[in-house]
Amino acid sequence: MKVGLFIPCYVDQFYPGAAIATLQLLEKLGVDVTYPPNQTCCGQPMANSGFEHLTGGCNDLFIKNFAGFDYVVAPSGSCVLHIKEHLHGDADPQATINHKVYELTEFLTDVLKVKSLPAKFPHKVGMHQSCHGQRGLHLSQMTELVAPEYSKPGSLLNMVEGIELIPLNRKDECCGFGGTFCVAEESVSVKMGKDRVADHLEHGAEFITGVDMSCLMHMEGILNRQGSKVKVLHIAEILNAG
Amino acid sequence: MSSRDKILSAVAANQPRLSPLPDLDILKGGEINVVEKFAEVLTAIGGKVIDIATLDEVSAYIETNTTAGQRVVNLLSEPLGMRAPQVDIKDLPHTLDNIELAILQADMGIAENGAVWLNENRLGQRVTPFICQHLVVVLDKSNIVPTMHHAYEKIGNEKYGFATFIAGPSKTADIEQSLVLGAHGSRSMTVFLRDI
Amino acid sequence: MESEVKDHAELAAIFNKDENRVDWHDETLWWVRQKRDKMAHGLPGWEALREAASQIKDNVLSNLSQYLQQFEANAQANGTIVHWAADAKEHNEIVLELLLKNGIRKMVKSKSMLTEECHLNEYLEQQGIDVIDSDLGERIVQLAKEPPSHIVLPCIHKKKEEIGDLFHIHLGTPAGNADPQLLTEAARQHLREVFLTRKAALTGVNFAVAETGEFVVCTNEGNADMGAHLADIHIASMGIEKIIPQRKHLGVFLRLLARSATGQPITTYSSHFVKPRDGQRLHIIIVDNGRSIQLGREDFRNSLKCIRCGACMNTCPVYRRSGGHSYHTAIAGPIGAILAPNLDMEKYADLPFASTLCGSCSNVCPVKIDIHQQLYKWRQVIVQKGYTTTAKKASMKLMAFTLSSPAAYHTGGKVGRWVLKHAPFAVNNKFNPWFKQRDMPETPEQSFGEWYNKNRKK
Repeated sequence: MKVGLFIPCYVDQFYPGAAIATLQLLEKLGVDVTYPPNQTCCGQPMANSGFEHLTGGCNDLFIKNFAGFDYVVAPSGSCVLHIKEHLHGDADPQATINHKVYELTEFLTDVLKVKSLPAKFPHKVGMHQSCHGQRGLHLSQMTELVAPEYSKPGSLLNMVEGIELIPLNRKDECCGFGGTFCVAEESVSVKMGKDRVADHLEHGAEFITGVDMSCLMHMEGILNRQGSKVKVLHIAEILNAG
Repeated sequence: MSSRDKILSAVAANQPRLSPLPDLDILKGGEINVVEKFAEVLTAIGGKVIDIATLDEVSAYIETNTTAGQRVVNLLSEPLGMRAPQVDIKDLPHTLDNIELAILQADMGIAENGAVWLNENRLGQRVTPFICQHLVVVLDKSNIVPTMHHAYEKIGNEKYGFATFIAGPSKTADIEQSLVLGAHGSRSMTVFLRDI
Repeated sequence: MESEVKDHAELAAIFNKDENRVDWHDETLWWVRQKRDKMAHGLPGWEALREAASQIKDNVLSNLSQYLQQFEANAQANGTIVHWAADAKEHNEIVLELLLKNGIRKMVKSKSMLTEECHLNEYLEQQGIDVIDSDLGERIVQLAKEPPSHIVLPCIHKKKEEIGDLFHIHLGTPAGNADPQLLTEAARQHLREVFLTRKAALTGVNFAVAETGEFVVCTNEGNADMGAHLADIHIASMGIEKIIPQRKHLGVFLRLLARSATGQPITTYSSHFVKPRDGQRLHIIIVDNGRSIQLGREDFRNSLKCIRCGACMNTCPVYRRSGGHSYHTAIAGPIGAILAPNLDMEKYADLPFASTLCGSCSNVCPVKIDIHQQLYKWRQVIVQKGYTTTAKKASMKLMAFTLSSPAAYHTGGKVGRWVLKHAPFAVNNKFNPWFKQRDMPETPEQSFGEWYNKNRKK
C-alpha cells in the first residue's frame, strides 16, 4: 500500500519535529510513505470562518496531490475531520478521497492494527483529547455519552515503555484554540487554555500530548508565558521516542 | 388571512417529509424492586417514606406532628380521626391558604423518580397539594410501577381535567445552586406506603 | 456593523476581567453538567431514550401542521380557548387584551422563555400592567432589572450576597444576610401574597399533546401551579414546536428533561392541564415568531426539536466562561446561537462564531440536535449574506489564494518565519491578539517540506 503523508500547514511551518516523527514512525512500521511536496492546507481555517465557498482552489490542490495514494495519513484530527466532512472538489471526489484519509492514531489502530511499539518515554504525560479527533473522528470515547470506554491514542501511548499517563479532572474539555476563535475571542480562548493547562499541572504532567498540534501550540503559548517547564509534544513524537 | 391560517399554511409549506414514530416498548427496561427503588429515590430527593400496615399509623403520625390549632384536611375516602377531618373543599381555593397539612390518596407511584400521580378527583381543589405547608400521601405498594412508560400505559386514555406528578417537597437551587426545600409548594412530603 | 450593542467577543472580554468570578461561574455550571452525567450514566437505556426522543421530535416537525390542528381541536373540546399569534407583537397584544377585557391590571407569571423572547414584561409594564415573575430565579433578576442569563437557572450569574442585598432593599430581609434558606423563605412569603391576590396567571408550556389537547408545565418550586390554580384566568403561552404527538410520549420527555437540565430524575411538579377549573377560563396562545421560517431551513430546522433543558449551556466551555448575557439574546448558549440568527441574522451574526465547535453540546442534547454542525453551517450562511467585515473578507481571500498556490504558500511560510525570527517585535506586540496572554511558537530552522527535500527526496 502507498501512503501519502499530509502535513497540516502550521505543523509544516512551525512544528516540523511532529511531522518528522510521523514520517519516521510510519517508516519504522514498514509503510511506504511519500510526502507530496506541493501540498499546502486542508482549507479548514477558511471554512470554519464561514468562507467555505473560497476553499475550491485549496481543495482541488489537495485532491490533485493525494488522488494517487491508497491512504492519506495526517498527524491531525482536526484537519482529517474537516477533509472527511467538508472537502470536495468540483468533480465530486467524495467517492475517491475522503474515505481513505486517516488521522495518524486512527491509521495505526484501524489499518496497521499496531499491537506494540518499540518506544520508550519514561515520563508523566497528560493526554489532551483534541475535540475534533475525539468527537468527530471518534478516536476516544466521549464523557457525555453512556457508552463503553476506549481510546485509540490512549491505547497506543500505553504501549510506550515507562510512560505514566496522568488522570485529569475534566477528561475531554476543549482547550479553547478553535481556529480563528483563538484570536477573535481571545479572552475566552486563553481562559479555556489556562484551565486545561492548570488541570495537567495539578496532576503532575511533565509533558502534554495530543493528536492535534494546534491545541498543543495554544497550550504551549500559555505554558511558556507562565514560565513553566512543562513541554508539549505531538503524540507522534512520543510514539516514535527512544 | 388570519394569523392561524398564516401560521398553518407556512408550517405546512415548510415541514419536511414525514418521518415515522419510534417504538417505545424497548425503553421500558428490566425488572426492578419497585418498592425499594421508589423509597430510595424519594428519600434522596427530600421526601420521607414510611411503611404502614393500616391507616391508624397515619392518624398517629398526624397526632404527633400537628397541634390542635392547625388546620389538617383528610381527602382520603377513609376517616383518620378528629385531628384530620374529612372535608369537602369545593369552596374557594383561596380559603385553603391556612392548611397546615393535607392527606391525599395517590393512585400510582413511579419507582424510577419517586413521583406519585395525583388525579384532580383526589385533590378536592387543584391547589390543595401545592398550598398546604406539609403534604402527606397514602400510596398502595401494589400501585408502584417501574418507569414513566409504565405509568402512561396505566393512565391510558383517562379523561381528567387536571392531574399531576409530584416528586418530593417543593424546592429551589436558584441561589448559588444551594438546595432549599420548601419553595412555593409544600415544605415537606411524606408518603405512607401501604401493604396492599 | 454600526450598532452600539457589543458583540459576544466584547461582552465575553468584559466578563473575563474578573477571573475569580469566571472560575466560580464555570465551576458551578460544570457541577450541573456532572449531575447530569451521574443521572445519564445511572440509566442503562439513556442513549436509546435520546434516540427515541429525537425520532419523536423529527416526526413532530414532519407533521406539525396536522398536529397543531389536532391539538387545537382537542383543546377546544376541553373548554380551552385557543389563540394564534404570528409574532411577538401579536402575542403580547393578545395577553394585554385578555387582561383588559377582564378588568385585570396585575398578573403573576411563571417561567416562560417564550415570553422573554417576546419581551412581554416590558410591553405589559408600558401598558400599565404589573407583572410579577414567580420563579425565584426570575423574581431575582426581575428585581435586579436584568434578563435571565440561563434558560433553567435564571440567576446563575448572581452571587448570594448580591441576592441578599436585593432582598434587603425590596423584601426587607436583614442587611448582609445571604443565607439561601432565609432568602427563599422571604420569597415564599412575598410570592404567596401575590398568588393569593392576582386574578391572572400566565405560564409557559413544556409539552403540548396533540392527541388530547392537554399541556404539561414542569417546575420544582410549584409556582406555576400556585398561580394557575388560584387565578380566574390562566394564560398558557407556547411556541408551535412544543407539540408532541401522543400522551404516552410524555414518558420519554419527562424522563429526559430534568435529568438533562439539573440532574434530577424529574421536576417536583409535572402538571397536566386539560380543562379549565370550575369557574376559571383557560387560554392557550400558540406562537410562531419565526419558527415556521426556521422549519423551512433544511439545515437548521432540527433546532426546533429543543425542549429547553439547558444541558448544552452547562457543558459549553465558552458559555461557562462568558455567561449568558454575553449572547445578548433571550436564549443564550449553543442552542441560542442556532436559533437567534433566524430571528435577526445581522444582530446575531456573532453568535455562531462564539464557539470552538468542540461538539460537546450535541452529545448532551436529549433530542440529538446537531448543534455544532449547525453552528458551522450558520457561519457559511452569515458570511454569504454579507454579515462579515471587509477586513475579514480581504484576509480570507488572501488566505485562499496563498493556500491554493504551492509557490505562494512556500514563500509566505518562509517570510513569516523570517519575520518571527529576525523582527519579532513586528508580531509580538499589542496589535497581535495571540500575543496578549500567550507566547508565539518558536521558529524552526526549516519547515518540514524543506527538511524532507534535503533528507528524503529521491
